Amino acid sequence: MSDKQAPANITDPEHEEHHIVTPFQYLLVFATLLVGTGLTVLAAYFDMGPLNPIIALFIASFKAVVVILFFMHVYFQSRLIKMTVAAGFFTFLVLITMTLSDYISRAWGLW
Amino acid sequence: MDNTAAVAHPREAVGLEEHTEHTFLPQHRHHFETEAQQREAGTFGMWLFLLTEIMFFGGLFFAYLLYRNWYYPAFAVASNQLSVPLGGANTVILITSGFCMALGVWAAEVRNKGFLVIMLILTTFFGLCFLGVKYVEYHEKWEKHHIPGPSFDISEFVNPAAHGITNEKPLPVDAAERTQVFFSLYFAMTGMHAVHMIIGICLLFWLTHRAYRGDFTTGYVAPIENFGLYWHFVDIVWLFLFPLLYLINRHPLH
Repeated sequence: MSDKQAPANITDPEHEEHHIVTPFQYLLVFATLLVGTGLTVLAAYFDMGPLNPIIALFIASFKAVVVILFFMHVYFQSRLIKMTVAAGFFTFLVLITMTLSDYISRAWGLW
Repeated sequence: MDNTAAVAHPREAVGLEEHTEHTFLPQHRHHFETEAQQREAGTFGMWLFLLTEIMFFGGLFFAYLLYRNWYYPAFAVASNQLSVPLGGANTVILITSGFCMALGVWAAEVRNKGFLVIMLILTTFFGLCFLGVKYVEYHEKWEKHHIPGPSFDISEFVNPAAHGITNEKPLPVDAAERTQVFFSLYFAMTGMHAVHMIIGICLLFWLTHRAYRGDFTTGYVAPIENFGLYWHFVDIVWLFLFPLLYLINRHPLH
């Protein structure tokens, strides 16, 4: 009676343990985001030709990944949540790629 | 059976057994086997909602990508009218707001009511600061007639020297008219982002009230955690809006 049986539909032991992110970890994320913001502003004032948007987007993506993993706890979540998030971003990239390939292959430059 | 009470008071023992089978939390719904399962289901649902939001903002980002390639000179010049210091300050304000929200989730987890309420108030405060800076930026566009429509003024782009702008080349009239496309997207994207902030701040008022009542510091963290997910998502949208609208056009290729 005292030793509770795990419910039959929970097969993933990850589900049972709930992780609490500490304020110190949040502080590290906060510092990372501030440094990233500083870097992206700094990079904008250097003329690097076609690299400027690439670097800006790389820093933005890095910051977004840090926010998703730690502020939004995805790093500590079950596989189901990780797959859900990853599948969403993958679908988004597929939609962008397909739409863009359509635009590029039709009368690009003739507007 | 090791429980002597069960022998003495069978009816109470049934009650006790019910109690240990299910969670002690009143918010635990009976169709979930465990609290962890309920929690994961809630997180899963929230992420599905956020994925539809990614598609929604993704459409706007795609439009920006396409039109920036089509009307590149107009986009570069119009983008450079935005203030990097104001945009950068707003990024820092929004990250700080997100940091406070994250600390709020921690406070709810460790059942610290006072700290949770303070963090929710700070999250709201920085959110309102962001909207205040956004108002200053929108107001400047209003005064310069840079809001797309019949009263849009292209003179600054056709004749930048007359407006004291020395580092921009004048645009032909047709290209200068295209700056309206940039400003349309600027207002659509930052405007939709601001609408999400306003919705978030309205929810924060309600959550702060409930947190003050003690609703979220007895083990029921889900509303705070899921609102945190929403708030961080809105942050992420801005993390992309800031470089794309303010920064990447500082050094046009041609």
